[in-house]
Parts: sequence; C-alpha cells; structure tokens
Amino acid sequence: MERHIQAPVSRGEISGLKAGDYVYITGTIYTARDAAHKRMQETLNAGDPLPLKMQDNIIYYMGPSPAREGRPIGSAGPTTASRMDKYAPALLDLGLIGMIGKGKRSESVKQAIVRNGAVYFAAVGGAGALLSRSIRKSEVIAYEDLGTEAIRRLEVENFPVIVVIDPEGNDLYETAGAEYCDLG
Amino acid sequence: MRMIDVADITQNIKEMCIEANHFLTEDMDHVLKRATEEERAPLGRQILCQLQENLKIAGEDMIPICQDTGMAVIFMEVGQDVHFEGGLLEEAVNEGVRQGYTEGYLRKSVVDDPILRKNTGDNTPAVIHYEMVSGDQVRITVAPKGFGSENMSRVFMLKPADGIEGVKKAILTAVKDAGPNACPPMVVGVGIGGTFEKCALMAKKALTRPVDQRSEIPYVRELEEEMLAQINRTGIGPGGLGGTTTALAVNVNTYPTHIAGLPVAVNICCHVNRHAVRVL
Ligand code: SF4
Repeated sequence: MERHIQAPVSRGEISGLKAGDYVYITGTIYTARDAAHKRMQETLNAGDPLPLKMQDNIIYYMGPSPAREGRPIGSAGPTTASRMDKYAPALLDLGLIGMIGKGKRSESVKQAIVRNGAVYFAAVGGAGALLSRSIRKSEVIAYEDLGTEAIRRLEVENFPVIVVIDPEGNDLYETAGAEYCDLG
Repeated sequence: MRMIDVADITQNIKEMCIEANHFLTEDMDHVLKRATEEERAPLGRQILCQLQENLKIAGEDMIPICQDTGMAVIFMEVGQDVHFEGGLLEEAVNEGVRQGYTEGYLRKSVVDDPILRKNTGDNTPAVIHYEMVSGDQVRITVAPKGFGSENMSRVFMLKPADGIEGVKKAILTAVKDAGPNACPPMVVGVGIGGTFEKCALMAKKALTRPVDQRSEIPYVRELEEEMLAQINRTGIGPGGLGGTTTALAVNVNTYPTHIAGLPVAVNICCHVNRHAVRVL
C-alpha cells in the first residue's frame, strides 16, 4: 500500500503501517550514523542532554557526499543499519519513532521497535543520487567535527521508503524472499 | 626504457576517481538493463528501474552514484621497461586520490587508524596493488570500494576434500549472509587457490573483470554460470526485498595452491561495481 506521512510523526499515525508498505515522507528528519551514535551514547552515559530530541523523530542512517555549489546536499543514500543496532534500543526507548537505513536489524532492535510502537524503513541502497532529489534542505546541527558523520537536519519532500519492520514486529526481509526462493 | 612523469599518474588517477564514482562501465549498464526486463517481482522491478534512473541522474547532474564513494583500491600493472621520474610513485598515486576526492565532491570515508579512527580528510591513503608485467606501459585500474558490501566479504580456508562442492557452499553462504546489507543486486568476486592473502586479492581483482566476460577455463566458466543461477534462486532480490535478481554476475579467478589447502575468498560488491581503467 502507498502511504504519505508528515515527519515528525505521532505513534497513532504510524500504528497502521505494515511491512511492505511504500511510504513517502515529507517534513523534517535527522541524519546520524556510526560516529554520531557512539557520541550520543557517551552523552547519555554521562547524563547529559542529546543534541536533538528523540520524541516522534525519524533518524536516517546516512552520511552524504559533499554538496556542489547551489545544491542542498550531495549523494544521499542509506548506510547499513545493523552497525547502529547496539545504540538504537536506548534511542527508541527515549521516543525515537522511526529509523531509515538498509539491511537487517538485531532481535533486540526488533523488540525495542515493538515495545515502543516504532518503525524501521529501508531506502534503496546505492540510489544516493536519486534520493538526493527528495532532500530540499540540509543543515548540520551537531558534531560538525565528524564531517560526513555529523548530525544533520534534513527537510525532505516525498522521500521514498519501504516499511521493513512494522510496529507489530513483522519483518519484510524475512518474508519477501520466500515467494521467489527456489533452492529446494 | 620509457620515462613516465609521475605527475601524469596523479592527473589520471584524479580523473579516474571522479569518473568511476559517476559512471559505471558499459557492461554494468547492460546487465542492469537486462535484469530489469527479466525480474519477476513487481517491487524488485521498481527498484531496478530506480537504480537505472539513479545512474542517469548521477551522470547528468554529476552527483556520485552512491554517497559511499569508497576507499580507493588501485591496481597498478607496471611494464618492467617503464621508469618513473619526478617523484615517488606511491605519493603520486595518493596525490591523485586526494585531488580527485576533494575537487570531485566525493565523500571522505577513510580514517587514519582502525582503532583511533580520525578521518584523514581527503580519502587517502589508497590501497594500492602493484604488479610487474612485460612491456613499457602502465595499466591503471581505479576501483572505489564501498563498505556495505565489503563488510560482508569472507575468506574460507577449505580442505582439499571439500572440493568444488565446498566452494559452491562457501559462495552461497557469503551471499546469503550478505543479503540486504550488501545492496543487492550484487556482483560476486571469487578467488580460489593460492594462499590466504592471494585468494582475497584474486577475488577483489575478479570484480574488475567485465561482468559479461566469462572465465576461459571450462570448469570455472561453468561454476560462474551455475552460481549466478543459484544465487538468483535465493529469493533475496533487489534491495533484499524479494525477487529473482540477487546477483548480476559471479566472476571467479583461480591460482595454483598447496597440496594441503583450498583457500576461497568471496568479495561481495554491490550493484555500484565501480572501476575505471586507463593504459598510459
Ligand atoms: S554497498 Fe555499495 S551501493 Fe550500498 S551503500 Fe555501499 S557503496 Fe553504496
């Protein structure tokens, strides 16, 4: 099914999403990948406030290539989400509602998704030029010293993603291949 | 003896880093197009169409095909009648990478130390493989390698008794474990034989062979064809979201090995299988 959501987004609005739904996101989302997650975890451990609030927000696991003059961003596709598995449950428990990446998630991330009624989306890996067209604005809001790994606020318009793990814990990666699997 | 100024090496490598990150070779374009026509899953077809659209946008707007513009892997096949002048070859190669990645708006993805992890800021150093060959030319291959797929690559130290069936199992295991993480459809580079490091290097180099060119060794050719068919029956599909296109090609290289061993390396590459080749 095709759906449109406005980010940040409430739990009520995503509760009906099902694994396999094609979703267009419009609004504000944030980027963070390996180094930013590590630093956020250290910040939490030290009892300090995070540079962005998690409640109802979506994090995109992405580190862009540099923007050419006059463009908001460079190539901007998803990175492998499993490297953030160690950090994601704590952020989900703080209210993070959605993650965009590519690839499988761990059991503990799945449990945190279900526990919090959150969602994991995949964007098409290796389509960074195409995906950059849905990003209208990009601004570094924290950890500038991390370069491509800094935290960015993105304004997106009809950013295309697919629901992989829905709030009930259904995982598209586990079911989608079955129909085309023919290995006996 | 032929003199080559290392400044020429720098200039060419700079251009090749930019070229490889914006344009795939023609064989990749063709195979992707054919896969789009043959894919059975509707969502799979849609994703393959997006990948073609992505390639078009990358070339037209000069925006990298993928944001992970890779670590620069460079094969230097140097004719033994060549003499380099004007500086150190290694420095000239890295200078080319530095200029290509900074002037070409490519992402800097290299850290100076695997544990301390400070970004070097210019994507250097490259990983450079030298090979001495006959003649007075230099053949340069620049192959930026993304790590979503690199992380899913494997070396298996099989026993001779495992034979070809063991090799097939190893390839399939690596591909299945890689699944959606490696941005399928993949290109699978395989090295069989040699030693621990030799098979890994062969697997990497196999990725630079055109995807429509099969091995000249009959049993290897059969292995390539059979494994491609089998991988495409796993159901993983484009983006790992189900379908009949999981790999675009399996390229296998072999080398003599020891009586006691059967090393197998599987280097997984995504559909952004980049390389630029020039002969100076
Ligand atoms: S695996 Fe390839 S396509 Fe996927 S993000 Fe990495 S470089 Fe890009």
